[in-house]
This record gives sequence, structure tokens and C-alpha cells, in this order.
Amino acid sequence: MNLGTFYAQHSRLIDQIGINALLALSLSVSLQAGQLALAQAAFAGIAAYVSAIAAMQFGFPLAAAIAVAIAAAALAAAALAYPVRKLRGIFLAIATIGFGEIVRVVANNVDITGGAEGLSGIPNDVTTPIIYGALLLVALALVALARTKFALAVKLTREDENAARGVGVDVGMVRFASLVIGGAIAGLAGALYAHAFYFLTPTDFGFARMEQILVWCVIGGVTSPAGAVVGAVLLSILPEVIRPLADYRELTSGLILLGVILFVPNGLSMLWAKRGV
Amino acid sequence: MLAQQLLNALFLGAVYALFALGYTLIFGVLDILNLAHAAIYMIAAFAAYSLVADGLPLPLAAGLAIVMAGVIGILLDRVAFAPLRRRNAGTLVPLISSIGVAIVIGAIARAVYGIDERHFVEGGLDATPIHLGPVTFTSLEAIILATAIGLMFGLSYVLRATVLGRNIRAVAQDRVAAALLGVDLERTIAATFFIASALGGAAGILTGLEYNAVSLDLGSQIELKGLAVIILGGMGSITGAVIGGFAIGIVETLAVAYGLSAWRDALTFGVMFLILVARPAGIFGARALRSA
Repeated sequence: MNLGTFYAQHSRLIDQIGINALLALSLSVSLQAGQLALAQAAFAGIAAYVSAIAAMQFGFPLAAAIAVAIAAAALAAAALAYPVRKLRGIFLAIATIGFGEIVRVVANNVDITGGAEGLSGIPNDVTTPIIYGALLLVALALVALARTKFALAVKLTREDENAARGVGVDVGMVRFASLVIGGAIAGLAGALYAHAFYFLTPTDFGFARMEQILVWCVIGGVTSPAGAVVGAVLLSILPEVIRPLADYRELTSGLILLGVILFVPNGLSMLWAKRGV
Repeated sequence: MLAQQLLNALFLGAVYALFALGYTLIFGVLDILNLAHAAIYMIAAFAAYSLVADGLPLPLAAGLAIVMAGVIGILLDRVAFAPLRRRNAGTLVPLISSIGVAIVIGAIARAVYGIDERHFVEGGLDATPIHLGPVTFTSLEAIILATAIGLMFGLSYVLRATVLGRNIRAVAQDRVAAALLGVDLERTIAATFFIASALGGAAGILTGLEYNAVSLDLGSQIELKGLAVIILGGMGSITGAVIGGFAIGIVETLAVAYGLSAWRDALTFGVMFLILVARPAGIFGARALRSA
């Protein structure tokens, strides 16, 4: 098939996949520090609204709107990080899910977000190259980060917080930084989403989306950023590939998810991790 | 006015408590968050609807659907949790596999029932209004509340006074020690899933009856509310889940009564967040099931 036609037919999906990959990376950053913090969808939602409002009501150019949105998401993450600093595991997950629900209710009820009907007519100026350029930049930044001492501290924190403290790692700082970095990446994804699809409602970044992001990361391999991206890409394409199964799409997705969870113990990343990549 | 509101809170809270009991029981015994619980709540309501539509009397239909929910719970464990238990997969992976089961159950419900809302009885269930002092309720509501409370006492009895209950508490406390002392782990866990899912299913059926409506998104409302309830009461605490259920019921009913209905959910999750931050063990402590 002609590439141009292919793109024309699937451009929305292609854009969505890039944004999903960013969302998966954002969660992967906190999972790598051992934090099951499930507010990524909320951070993305905050950024999407901030970016859309900055562009629509204050006439911000795209780059400025996105920058403000990322800052807002990072700020939200920083504000959330402090109260939840002592929570771990399922308790951290539930607290951050609660945060996400509160964000959704606020978006549903204030005027500036357009309430439950959301915002439409957001300047539609984010293109596919911008999305994949952003994805590439984030990926490169994370690769660069992986070579620093910080990455080692992150790994130690994940494996054993007390041991990490013992060798002088500032565990609180690692947890804080990983939430904020993840929040900023989620913010980038949310802002891109707002300007790529020019339509935004509170449910776009609700718990269902958060569940999806978590599923991508776990399918890919919890602690592997590359796995998170692969998980996001595969599971975003999957519903389209099995479109002929129409009525059984959901069922097939659920079964494949169960299959991977049950039969590929460490996620898809183990398929290449063994070879030392 | 306030008495009526508190009574309404009791009806709402009873269903929340019943739902949360199943959630908290599985967490208490296995330390996993079962996100398929809300799907079982939904599918049980549909099953009861189908049986009623086939001409079964309502109490029999409800009873059968509750048993079916329990059986689905056992299957859920066999498919989604038991294999992971054998390889000590931690808490995150079972969470994801329960999402997988929830997706599958949702897809089956959609294939069988479609996206339209179903009604137990067209035109509404027959319910006589009962006036009692300052409050009014229907006979149906009274039956729903009595059933919910009856099930709660039933669970409490099973956990406190039967061999099964003793085994469940033993497994919750220390799985390895319980096994060494001769408790059949897999049987006890299967029984836990049966009880928890039957309670969740009962909550779904009672909700469906209360509104005379069953739809695919029945579970999405209560899924996260249930978390708020068990956090309030303390993860794994049976008493906590009951009191948490009624407390959230009161908070939500009063929010609506005072014109805050749009902000009701924010209030619920705000309370949950504050409790997690200030007192993560909840009001009754995290391990109450283990010492109950």
C-alpha cells in the first residue's frame, strides 16, 4: 500500500500511539523507582486543559502553551508527592487514584474547563512529526538519565529502600524527582493530546485511561522503559488489527492481556532483555 | 428532613458496605486489590435480571445469581490469581490480571445484553410506601436493607464461629504457618473468593433492584467508591468496611442534600485521600481481619 494513503487513513491512530507511548514512559519513570503512583492520567489531563486554555483564551503560541502545561503538570506532581511521601504499594496507588478522581470531578464542575461537555475547537496545530519528535527527545533524555548516578539511586530505591538509605541515597528525593519527572512527561503527552485532537473532556483522562497506561507498562515489563513503549504501541494497535473480530474486540484484548500476564512472567521486555539489550 | 436523609444514607451505605466487604476480604487474605470485583457486581445483577425475565420468582433468581457470582469468583481466582500465587508475582501483576478478567466479563456482558439499560420489571417494581414517624421508605428498600445487613451478620458469623472462618483468618494472618498447621490453602482461598464475590454480586443485585435498572456501567460507579470505603475502615478490616460503607453513604447523602451533588465524588475521594495521608491504617487498623 502507498505510504501516503496509509498515513491518511491512520493518522489519528498513529498520533494516538505516539502519545500513548509518552504516557507509558511517564508511568515507567515512577515504576522504576518502585512507586505505584497512578496519577499519570490526571497529570496529563491537567496539562491538556492548561495547554488548551492557554492557547484558546490567552492566545499562547503552541510552544508556550505546551511549556506552561508541562510546568503545571510537574507542579501538580510535586504538590502530590509531598503528602503521599510515606505511602507505599497499594496504598500509594489508591491515594493517587483518589487524586485523579478529584481532578476529574473538578474538571467536570468548573467553568473554565467547559464542565462535563469539555472543550472543543482547541487549535489543532500538533502534527505527527511533533509528537514523534517529542517522543524521541523524551526517550533520549531518559537514556541519558539512565547513565547517571541518579539512575543507580533509582534502582537501589526500587530494590530496597532501607539498603539504599544505608549507602547514602536520599530516598525521599529520588521518589520526589521520579514523580515530578514522570508528571512532566505525562504533561507533555496531555498537552500534545489536546492540540492533536482539538477536543477534550474530563473522562479522557479518567481512571479507565490510567488503567490502560498501567496495563501497557506491566505488559511491557514493569521496570523497562523500552518495554513500556512496546506495550503501549502493541496494545494501541491491537484493537485495530483485530477490527475484523468487531464484536469480540474487547474480549480478545482482555484474553491477550491475561495471556501475557500469565505466560510471560516479566512482561515483553524479557523477550529481549535476556540478550543483553 | 435530617432523619429521612440519614435513612437514605443507610440504604446507600448498606450497598457500599456489602460491596466493600468482598473487596476487603480478598485484600485481607491475599494482599491483592481485585479490580474484577466491580465486574462481578455488574454481571450478577444481569444474571438476576435474566432469571427474573425467564419467569423465576425474584428471591430465587437473586439467590441463584448470588451463588453464580460466588462461582465466578472461584473461577477468577483459578484463572487470574492462582497461577501468579504459585510464582510469587507480588501485588502489581495480580492487579493487572484482575483488570484483564474485568475486561473479559465486561465484554461478555456487552455481547449478551448490549448497551441498553435493562429493567427487572417494566414500569417499576411493586413497592408499598411505609411511613414511620418522620421518615418514609418503600417495602423494597426495607427488604434491601434487611438483606444487606443479614449478609453482613452472616459473614461475621462465618468468620468468627466456623472452621472455615478460622481457616480464612489463619491464612490471612500467615499463609505459611496456616499451611504447616494443616489448613488447606487452596480450598480456603477458593472459599474466600466464593464468599467475597457472592457478597459483591449481592450488592450488585440489590443496587439493580433499588433503581430497577441494570446496565454495563453499573460497576464503574462503585469500583472506586469501594476503595474509599475500605480505606476509611482500614484495608482488610471487616468491621471497618461496614462502618466505612455507612460513613461514605452518610457523606454522600448529605452532600447531595446540601446541594453539593456535583462535588459529591470529590468529597468522597478527598476524605479517602486525607485518611490515607493522615492514618493509612484506616479507622480500625489494617489488620483487623487477622485479629477479628
